[in-house]
Amino acid sequence: MSADLPAAAPKKMSPKERLAIQRQRMPEQDATARACNFAEVNLGLPEQMAVLEAQRCIQCKDPKCVQGCPVRVNIPRFIDFLSKGDLPGAAESLLGDNALPCVTGRVCPQETQCEELCIRGLKGEAVGIGYLERFVADWAMKNGSAAAAKLPATGKKVAVVGAGPAGLTAAGELAKAGHDVTVYEALHQPGGVLVYGIPEFRLPKQIVDKEVQRLTDAGVKIECNVVVGRTYTLPELRQTFDAVFIANGAGLPVFMNVPGENLKGVYSANEYLTRVNLMAAYEFPQADTPVLVGKRVAVVGGGNVAMDAVRTAKRLGAEVASIVYRRTKAEMPARVEEVHHAEAEGVVFEMLVAPLAVVGNDKKWVTGLKCQRIQLGEPDASGRRSPVPIAGSEFVLDCDVVVVAIGTRANPLLTATCPELKLNKRGNIEADENGMTSLPGVFAGGDIVRGAATVILAMGDGKRSATAIDRYLNNRAD
Amino acid sequence: MHRIVSKAQLSPNVTRLDLEAPRIAQIRQPGQFVIVRRGPRAERIPLTIADVDRQAGTIALVIQAVGKSTKELVSLSVGDSIQDISGPLGMPTEVIEKGRALCVGGGVGTAVVHPIAQGLHAKGVHVTSVIGGRSKEWVIFENELKRLGDVVVCTDDGSYGRKGFVTDAAKEILTAGGIDIVYAVGPVPMMRAVASLTRPFGVHTIVSLNPVMVDGTGMCGGCRVDVGGETKFACVDGPEFDGHKVDFDLLADRLSTYRTHEQEAITPKDHDCRVGLQK
Repeated sequence: MSADLPAAAPKKMSPKERLAIQRQRMPEQDATARACNFAEVNLGLPEQMAVLEAQRCIQCKDPKCVQGCPVRVNIPRFIDFLSKGDLPGAAESLLGDNALPCVTGRVCPQETQCEELCIRGLKGEAVGIGYLERFVADWAMKNGSAAAAKLPATGKKVAVVGAGPAGLTAAGELAKAGHDVTVYEALHQPGGVLVYGIPEFRLPKQIVDKEVQRLTDAGVKIECNVVVGRTYTLPELRQTFDAVFIANGAGLPVFMNVPGENLKGVYSANEYLTRVNLMAAYEFPQADTPVLVGKRVAVVGGGNVAMDAVRTAKRLGAEVASIVYRRTKAEMPARVEEVHHAEAEGVVFEMLVAPLAVVGNDKKWVTGLKCQRIQLGEPDASGRRSPVPIAGSEFVLDCDVVVVAIGTRANPLLTATCPELKLNKRGNIEADENGMTSLPGVFAGGDIVRGAATVILAMGDGKRSATAIDRYLNNRAD
Repeated sequence: MHRIVSKAQLSPNVTRLDLEAPRIAQIRQPGQFVIVRRGPRAERIPLTIADVDRQAGTIALVIQAVGKSTKELVSLSVGDSIQDISGPLGMPTEVIEKGRALCVGGGVGTAVVHPIAQGLHAKGVHVTSVIGGRSKEWVIFENELKRLGDVVVCTDDGSYGRKGFVTDAAKEILTAGGIDIVYAVGPVPMMRAVASLTRPFGVHTIVSLNPVMVDGTGMCGGCRVDVGGETKFACVDGPEFDGHKVDFDLLADRLSTYRTHEQEAITPKDHDCRVGLQK
């Protein structure tokens, strides 16, 4: 990052001057080099570029971008500070709105949220809000900006189940409101999908650790290795705490249910990514957990998790790493940026292809994925054109590792300990827009309510639920 | 952190560690296990809770030192600590309410049989344990099981108890009649043999499976096993299943997934040279 101070912003820039500035490009690690390492791909804007980008914001009176943000960050406000070179002001503004800005500045799908609604995008390119959030958040982390001020202690105790994006956000907000918050995490490290799912090259684990540290500094207690549903039941937590927020995440991996899926070399994306990210299998044998490093890896699915898995395969040393998806790139739910990054790194896209079976050798190792070609038919209920198999188009895609990244379903471990808690037919917890469940004092958010969604939607749930929990605790007569 | 309060060598490669884990000691039920991670960069490995001392707040883990992670665990001393213990995990044993149970334990699996026998004994079920090892020094948990019922010890070489396999003794007991349920824990071939043995007798047989696991909460699906043609996750649906329905070939095969990695992980100092070059 440049040590030079930015050129002082003109006292008052005219809209015309602001409109004249072109969108800054995110510096990236070279595609060939990065396909062989786990270091972060996006390098972050240097300060001068960030200030320049901030000056592109025309400070709308009715900012649409804020409506696109699930945690309602006051975007024009922090950008305004930044455009004037006031970094402490920008940091204070951003941290007051968002508990995990270093994370969201990296993994949010800004192009379909804040930036999609940016007025500048109507004619030209939107302001790089995500880049700016990341810049300010990283500056704050590096310069030790304190967490937002705390209200006096209320004496109320809240349990948060799961230290992922929803749980951490809620914990931060509740601690700020003066409540005594304990977060229970099933794994040995807090972060949830931020540490087991999202790879190092998109979100360095050090960043997550520091965001978590900021929360514990603010008084949030985190207990790892506690599996709620086993170590404690939900009724036990309700007895000990004044309120409970359940954010235990996406749960069980879904498999394709095709022959050969239990052959050696078939992973769920959850297992593959957990081995590599949480357990650092890419450093095996320096780290103890192994992972099968395929020469040819096929990843089934078209979402962000599939992109993370296939780019991980490439970095582990796969000669060929392919995405196998039954529709086309246009229908893929993955972020455009992730798809572009994967393409630049040499990932092969096998589009309009559906797996029929995993095939293996006599030693029960995977040797290929039997597939069928597909054509797109009429749009289905989701509005996407439904895949129709082409008769006689079967072929075998050679591979030695298959990663199944077609989604997850609700884990019943916790909910089984509390039959009174209302679930939907897929096993997800029913909650209203404030996270309120069918049980008084029990709130829920993130993937256990939504099914598989995004980090930022989970954080939005965490923030809204925290407000609702605060209201619930304050209104309760005792 | 979980401090080791006692350590005992039970057989040439099986060690018992008693560790502080008060919450788990308080609530664990027979058949449940924990996931242990020794420290930074270590693997998460599943281990059955062989015994507990509720008052002391300790749990007993019985570890067969075969790979790098287990060898490092058993090299720890009293007073050392293990960083992470998560649990209790898995479904508790399906314990019958009355009658007679036959518990068959092979090798380190005998330690897993122990809490099952405890659970049965507590219900007033009559327990007969058949346990075995290569020779006398490999037999474990004999005294503990004797407190819970009859014990028949078998050794392959006849150096202690009966000469022969546990299945031979189990067959005699089944033939004599009166057994309502069989629990078998041990190496895959042993559990498979017990399941084959009990099938013609029509006696319900429960086995405890030990596939490769990572999180132990159902999240990764690495521990999937085939039971009656259905894929189950041993960590949340098990680890105990109907032995007559388990696909033991698949289990044994999936257990071999990381065999080459295990060899690579063992550093030269841990390696016992099999061709005598160390001498």
